[in-house]
Amino acid sequence: MDPARKRKLRAVALLTVALLLAGALVYTSFSGATEATTPSQLVASADPDRSYQLTGKVLDGSVKREGERLRFSVRDRAGHTAIPVVYDGVVPDPFREGREVIVDGRVVGGTLVAERDSLVTKCPSKFTEKNKGAKRS
Amino acid sequence: MAAVGSACLLVALLCALYAVGASLYGARNGRRSLVESSRRAVYALAALTVAAFVVLEAAYLRSDLSFDIVVQSSSTDTPTFYKLTGLWSTQEGSLMLWGLVLSIFSAAVLRATRHSLREIAPYATAVLGAIAAFFLSLSVFVESPFTTLATPAAAGNGLNPLLRNPVMMIHPPMLYSGYVAFSIPFAFAIGALVTRRTGADWIRATRRFALIAWSFLGLGILLGALWSYSELGWGGYWAWDPVENASLMPWLTGTAFLHSVMVQEKRGMLKAWNVSLIVATFVLSLLGTFLVRSGVLSSIHAFGASTLGAPFLAFIGLVLLGSVALVLARLPALRSEARLDSLASREAVFLLNNLVLVGLCFVVFWGTFFPLISEAVTGTESSVGPPWFDRYVTPLALALVALSGIGPLIAWRRATPTNLRRAFLVPLAIAAAAVVALVAFTPAEDSVASLVLFALVAFVLAVVGQELWRGVGARRTMTGETWPVALTRLVGRNRRRYGGYVVHAGIALLLLGVAASSAFVDQRDARLAPGQTARVGDYDVTYREPTARFLDDRSGTGAPVTFGAVLDVRRRDGGKGFVLRPSRNYYEAPATGPMGVFGRFFSGESTTEVEIRRGFGRDVWMAVQPDLRSLIGPIKEANRKFSDVPGEAQALVLAAIVERYRRAAPPATFRTLVSPMIAWIWIGGAIVLLGALVALWPTPGARARRATSLYAARLGRELSRA
Repeated sequence: MDPARKRKLRAVALLTVALLLAGALVYTSFSGATEATTPSQLVASADPDRSYQLTGKVLDGSVKREGERLRFSVRDRAGHTAIPVVYDGVVPDPFREGREVIVDGRVVGGTLVAERDSLVTKCPSKFTEKNKGAKRS
Repeated sequence: MAAVGSACLLVALLCALYAVGASLYGARNGRRSLVESSRRAVYALAALTVAAFVVLEAAYLRSDLSFDIVVQSSSTDTPTFYKLTGLWSTQEGSLMLWGLVLSIFSAAVLRATRHSLREIAPYATAVLGAIAAFFLSLSVFVESPFTTLATPAAAGNGLNPLLRNPVMMIHPPMLYSGYVAFSIPFAFAIGALVTRRTGADWIRATRRFALIAWSFLGLGILLGALWSYSELGWGGYWAWDPVENASLMPWLTGTAFLHSVMVQEKRGMLKAWNVSLIVATFVLSLLGTFLVRSGVLSSIHAFGASTLGAPFLAFIGLVLLGSVALVLARLPALRSEARLDSLASREAVFLLNNLVLVGLCFVVFWGTFFPLISEAVTGTESSVGPPWFDRYVTPLALALVALSGIGPLIAWRRATPTNLRRAFLVPLAIAAAAVVALVAFTPAEDSVASLVLFALVAFVLAVVGQELWRGVGARRTMTGETWPVALTRLVGRNRRRYGGYVVHAGIALLLLGVAASSAFVDQRDARLAPGQTARVGDYDVTYREPTARFLDDRSGTGAPVTFGAVLDVRRRDGGKGFVLRPSRNYYEAPATGPMGVFGRFFSGESTTEVEIRRGFGRDVWMAVQPDLRSLIGPIKEANRKFSDVPGEAQALVLAAIVERYRRAAPPATFRTLVSPMIAWIWIGGAIVLLGALVALWPTPGARARRATSLYAARLGRELSRA
């Protein structure tokens, strides 16, 4: 085979592989993604077969420990609609009432049953933001 | 003092702007003296940012509570080490750190190239000056670290307890140095493009800086992982968090760059690819800095909250568009001088390695930005989790390890079948033997990906061993040196090559640790009362007794209250046991809340103090979550009776409450992990750094050559004057 043709063939093969991979990437990311929601969206409508990623603030006075299980409610960032959450697993150190959290899970009977260890609080490097806002205002 | 500091920054900004103007004007009109003065302006820039930094650190050291950022992130009672490092936990401080590191690196590279690259250097100076001007103007106009309070605060907030860990304090400067140092090769690439001098000169001049950037960034990432593992209460070291991904992306493209520039140096190929890679790396570094600070990915809506979003995005867009336009305009000058002769050649392996690395970077990029992409496409924000990343990253990482073994074995241009046989026989045999041994004696076959990785690691280590063995052997036959002498000289004369091999071995070991510890970890969360035992993998863990300490924190973080546990850990198959003492630190809340005067000490921040029994074979990792509900009664009682007593008496009451936990502790929740070979992640990382150091160390020959070229330059100047 002459070299120019061979090179072209290689380029086409490489491109095909890259495209297939990119296609798989795009497809799986859309089909397997967890939908991000807020408490009010989840309270309004929730598909029991889907998994959701809930973002909001921990409702004041809602945190209760039951043995290894943690119960709390998450409310909208600016609002009062809240959804109860049942959670097992590690509780991040910055977790507390009033703080912003992200938790993954499915909705069963109006309660978010969280995936184990899925609770995330905001990165500590960002806490300074809040203090500053308070001071400047 | 704040005035002095902000004056320094302002003059530094003017220096940066002057450097841009003078170097461009000087280069366009052939005024060497102006170009020289622009270089000196960069030296001045470095001196001024250092001065501003010193002013700020001095304010931290003496706890000058008239400085806004000192109040934000330090306090009079913050331990000295954390006072010094509190600077980069703030947004203003970390922006200034960027400017500081950038101007130091810029001054260093301009000094190193002052007698060479006459055409490229002025434009590189202009690019570096422009980047510095961007960061300095953010520091001067938007986020000034020298903002003062009208009335000094009575007390500072102190450093966030979670950040009170030595590793966490070294991690940000390392990461930033990595991000920043990539601007050096970027600036010279732009200079090379502008002047159409697209040979390998700019690469040779900045190679060392690219490697420094890569090493710093790698170290930063590794320290972040180590912090997560030994400080955070979940036991992992990597979670595909946007901020982690942001630092990984430029590291991946930077790795690709370090390999592909060798192809340009040797064969004059891949020119357009190399400039594109360094542009991508630099843009990803900017993006990394931006992501960490803006919070754009943890939630889109947080975006508006940051004052930095708009200028940062505009700058990134400008850099990206300008660079792409320049590369396109210079495509004719970037044509390859040679073609790929054969797929069985080192350049082909490098090319493949580059494609895999860029592919990896794309996977990480797509996953990281998926929330934004999906919101743009479908209108709902959704995200992908670690399993999605793992699915793509695992095969690509395996391919990468395989290539890192194959590359050193294959000759440039075209390898002959005899070469290949001679080079591959022993390493492949060793890899096969490793597979047989692993299947026969360990449970490695339970995870196919891990088994493949273990085989590849054996292959890579065998390749590195064989290369060293053969090199030393050849040297000994030629010179009759002893083994150690031959080895040192061999490595000393080819630092880049053997340094690179050491890096390959280190990465292989690091991934070995990753694979073994993630596929074969035993994890157990158990709620135990004193005296109870839980089984974790091959171990029995017995909760012997609770501990409670008041004003006696041993980790130097300054926490007033610590609750913990003493546990006896024994292997089930006998053998000597050991003791673990995980604990949890409690910091007082800044204000008295609903839990009253005494409750304040238990309702503030609290941090897990993990205890790890480290070993080459496995780590036993343990964290405790004490249950404080039994203290609610005593706290309420103390609030009722002792709220008004003097401070010392309150301390006594508090000590009694703390002691009460020790005497009658309710069951606590323990997380135990038995992670095999996790130590090899850190050992492998250290080996990678060692290899990078070997490659970076200046060769004695090069120093002599530089001296000769200096002499030649001086001679040339004198001759031209005569």
